[in-house]
Amino acid sequence: MAQNDLDELYGNDLIRDHNRNPRNSAKLNSPDLVADAVNPFCGDEAHFQINLDGQGRVSEVGYEGVGCAICRSAGSMLSEVIKGHTLEEVEEISGLFQDMMFGAEPSEEQAALLGDLTSMTGVRAFPIRIKCALLAWSAIEDRISEHQRRQP
Amino acid sequence: MYDVKKIREDFPILSRKVYEKPLVYLDNAATSQTPRQVIEALVDYYENSNANVHRGVHHLSQEATDLYESARVKVAKFINAREPEEIVWTRNTTESINLVAHTWAQEHIGPGDEIIVTPMEHHSNLVPWQKVAADKGATLRILPLAKDASIDLSDIDKYITPRTKLLAMVHMSNGVGTINPVKELTAKAKKMGATVLVDAAQSAPHMPVDVIDLDCDFLALSGHKMLGPTGIGALYGRRELLEEMDPFLTGGEMVLEVWYDRATWNDLPMKFEAGTPNIADAVGLGAAVDYLQDIGMENIRDHEIQLTRYALEAFKEFEEELEMFGPSDAEKRGGILSFHTDAVHPHDLGTFLDRDGIAVRTGHHCTMPLMRSLGVIASARASFYLYNTEEEVDALVDSLKRALRYFTDGAK
Repeated sequence: MAQNDLDELYGNDLIRDHNRNPRNSAKLNSPDLVADAVNPFCGDEAHFQINLDGQGRVSEVGYEGVGCAICRSAGSMLSEVIKGHTLEEVEEISGLFQDMMFGAEPSEEQAALLGDLTSMTGVRAFPIRIKCALLAWSAIEDRISEHQRRQP
Repeated sequence: MYDVKKIREDFPILSRKVYEKPLVYLDNAATSQTPRQVIEALVDYYENSNANVHRGVHHLSQEATDLYESARVKVAKFINAREPEEIVWTRNTTESINLVAHTWAQEHIGPGDEIIVTPMEHHSNLVPWQKVAADKGATLRILPLAKDASIDLSDIDKYITPRTKLLAMVHMSNGVGTINPVKELTAKAKKMGATVLVDAAQSAPHMPVDVIDLDCDFLALSGHKMLGPTGIGALYGRRELLEEMDPFLTGGEMVLEVWYDRATWNDLPMKFEAGTPNIADAVGLGAAVDYLQDIGMENIRDHEIQLTRYALEAFKEFEEELEMFGPSDAEKRGGILSFHTDAVHPHDLGTFLDRDGIAVRTGHHCTMPLMRSLGVIASARASFYLYNTEEEVDALVDSLKRALRYFTDGAK
């Protein structure tokens, strides 16, 4: 019983895999955007570097995460999911992810956008850990809104 | 004969299950569980004696006042204060320390003065002094940390000097369990004319604490860590100091006589207790003190030393995997095991243990600077109390073993 619960939380190995082998872990030099977030309560950290192509789409991502498995893997998944999307689209995906974490079931189309992040639904049974899954997104969202304010 | 089985029967919550597993409660440094005797004292108070204190001529008010004041006497005796007037009720240790920071320190700390704290203070005995130092132009000095997470005393005489105005120190570290040499350091500080405040939030529940023997000026404690209710704590202050201090909060109860333009202060300890106090929980804390003293603080300390020794021995199995913080000698520490591994984040460990019914704390334990000094962001912490057993330590070790495997090998 307990073990099944845990497997659900840790995403039937997907989360554990992202935790152990974070994607896009190479740091980008002189990126177009840098996004960082720290949760002082647990010390978890998420750091992103992002490059945009000529159409304003995310072309390259560098990601480094410090913290628990949920936080690190959510950041790693995010780094994959946002590639090829404009910042507006990234914000939309962020909204979808938050809705999902707070109980919404994504449609097939939405699930395709969320990619590996759909494996995070197991975290919902552990309310205290939802913030771990959201840390990376809060970094990206803060940075995007700041970026958009500067470039009206 | 210490009968842990019989003690456990007094704590209703210990027989509940979590995720269909028997609860193994090892988060006592955060808050302790409540024996039936304390719950009954609270119920009895509300069912039979509830009234406001110190102000009615009616029978109930007198009864409530008697209960409330006799709880104060109990706490005074518990820490060997000379008189009950030296015990001020507060919400908790944090409020007790803030009371001193907002009153005594305002009059006695000035530019160039030094406030000394240990490297393992809970934020509640650090942040108030940061603020006092900043406001008053004083310097906050941190004693150095030794390798085993005790205070490095080698240069102590360079820290405690005639410039020292206040030594504020935790008796037992909530983060790593270290018991500090409070009596020795107090003697040194007093020789330099300094005032000494002791944070006894972790020590008072687990070992004999005697303010006359320690010779400290202030001592702070929390009821909920010593089998009492939440929301009630106490500040011990030497009478001479409390007498000359200004009030903390003002309003009803703390005054003697009031005119439209001025007021005079009530006697000790009411001078520091503005407004209707937390009567029921003070009564509950009195019942908790009775319970602890029935068992005996020496006996509780002995039980926890044995349990800590047993746990330290059992944890040798993890020598390769876990970094353990705090002194290795069970006599020099409380029943608090704080540990860390690079392989698994403490929160993941905590979640795994939780699903086995085992409650531990993970995080920085409100000691961020200490965790930083130890080179970690967070640790997992198992903390024992009078009702914990060797079987529960075994359950912890077993679950930890499986957790480490689950997160590192990928084995099920």
